[in-house]
Amino acid sequence: MSLRVALRHAFPGLALDVAFEAPTPGVTVLFGPSGCGKSSVILAIAGLLQAEHCVVSLDGTVLAAPGIVLPPERRRLGLVFQEGRLFPHMSVEANLRYGLRRAPDIRIGFGEVVELLGLGPLLGRRSATLSGGERQRVAIGRALLAQPRLLLMDEPLAALDAARRDEILPYLARLKTRLHLPILYVTHAMDEVARLADTLVLMEAGRVRAAGAVAEIAAGADLPLAGRGDAAGLLHGRIAGHEAESRLTLVAAGGIVVRVPAVAASPGRAVRLRIPAREVILALRPPEAISIHNILPATVRGLAETGGAALVELDLARGGGRLLARVTPDAVARLWLAPGTPVLALVKSVAVDVLLEAVDAAD
Amino acid sequence: MSLLQPEEWQALRLTLAVAARAVGFGLPVAVLLAWVLARGRFRGRGLLNAIVHMPLVLPPVVTGWLLLLLFGIRGPVGALLLHWFGLRLVFTTAGASLACAVMTLPLMVRSIRLAIESVDPALEQAARSLGAGRLDRFLTITLPLAAPGVLAGAVIAYAASLGEFGAVITFAADIPGETRTLPLAIYGALQVPGGEAQAARLSLVSVVLALAGLGASEWLNRRMRR
Repeated sequence: MSLRVALRHAFPGLALDVAFEAPTPGVTVLFGPSGCGKSSVILAIAGLLQAEHCVVSLDGTVLAAPGIVLPPERRRLGLVFQEGRLFPHMSVEANLRYGLRRAPDIRIGFGEVVELLGLGPLLGRRSATLSGGERQRVAIGRALLAQPRLLLMDEPLAALDAARRDEILPYLARLKTRLHLPILYVTHAMDEVARLADTLVLMEAGRVRAAGAVAEIAAGADLPLAGRGDAAGLLHGRIAGHEAESRLTLVAAGGIVVRVPAVAASPGRAVRLRIPAREVILALRPPEAISIHNILPATVRGLAETGGAALVELDLARGGGRLLARVTPDAVARLWLAPGTPVLALVKSVAVDVLLEAVDAAD
Repeated sequence: MSLLQPEEWQALRLTLAVAARAVGFGLPVAVLLAWVLARGRFRGRGLLNAIVHMPLVLPPVVTGWLLLLLFGIRGPVGALLLHWFGLRLVFTTAGASLACAVMTLPLMVRSIRLAIESVDPALEQAARSLGAGRLDRFLTITLPLAAPGVLAGAVIAYAASLGEFGAVITFAADIPGETRTLPLAIYGALQVPGGEAQAARLSLVSVVLALAGLGASEWLNRRMRR
């Protein structure tokens, strides 16, 4: 099952020509700099922008194609905007029920959404009295209750400060696992990508630069993400156990084990490990008497150079996933690194960000 | 009551009733026109806008005469109304209401249109994405948010209808108990020798009505702003 999108539209100053396909359900993140056309893609899929050429199909159902244009109100796509857009003359509950009342069949219940997003205490409030974070939660709930086939989110956290974002991100992560609803999510924030994305579509000046599984795109040495200061590899894994005496948690990613500072989560819990590229050290032989806990066997997959730094894309052994290492060009020369070179990736346990996946209802 | 003569009471009651009917029938038309002018994108929008605003700039007598041409019993619309519904507008209370409605339509449309234009289209877009069709969006989002402007327009139109003279006398004539509203009665009194006292009493009533209208609109305004 998949979401397929193909769009062409000429704006003054920007020619949008975008095509991608993403598996569903799952979160597909459109990522790119401001003005690259991400939001226009969302608006065109929603039908609020009449693109010159627009083909959208979801799990085999055609939402838009040349000659078949459903008006936005009949597409049944949930839309969450940056500014919430709550109806100011209605209470929170009336806002939530607006789409619910107009939905033909109900799969996502009112109580479920209220519980999922923690909206209970807000129901009687007027939307004007809500904080920014509360407003976005209500906007998300309202979109969900319209029983959408696909949830479109246009930088839903961009207008919030860091504290509010951290407050909402866990809700979004729960949303992702609890409701089997495909989500298309626009952002230019890296931490949202690391937390939420399953599929990543990188956009640049109206075009798709790369699209694929998030762990592959994030580690692509020749892709724009790798050149950023916050570039990082992402590993998918599960908690394998805890070491009480060393106060470390073991995470199994494929056939390798990564040690991270103790995490309060039970074994089996799905996690994402975010390993910053500048925290990865490369070695050809195992070092001795070293504080580093993680010495991971890997093979060089690709190399690229940007702005005085070399980016090395690594395939971890035993299907562990992909890492990205940021080193100096001098190190590349000294170690004779080239595609295929076997190396050891040294990662401090404290450098690893552990992102817990929300617990699935089925777990 | 010794304050006013029976026929003066009659003129007052008639004036209030005519104005109420003018607003009652005019308001839905004004809301529809305001919506079309505010949100519609079609050829002839400028022309429609001009027609709606004509009564504001034409001499009221001319408006009354044009109504007479259209709605007179031999006029294109009047003849049909008479033929189908047995409805005659000229020289009737209903005709006086129609004249008032047409004269005050631009006031209502202006006020309502401004209110509709000040409603954020982003909210209508949001409603659209939630499955609301055009009329649904208008009734549940646009109109409630524009309500203060709609109410203000209705109050202004009601107050203006109380004083409508030229169009009413031209289209509906001056028939006591049928179309003789306050301004017509005042004018009539002034035409009779010794009628100044009556004219003064009726004028006083007009002043009181006008003040009440201003007070009501001020009160509404303050309530809405809260």
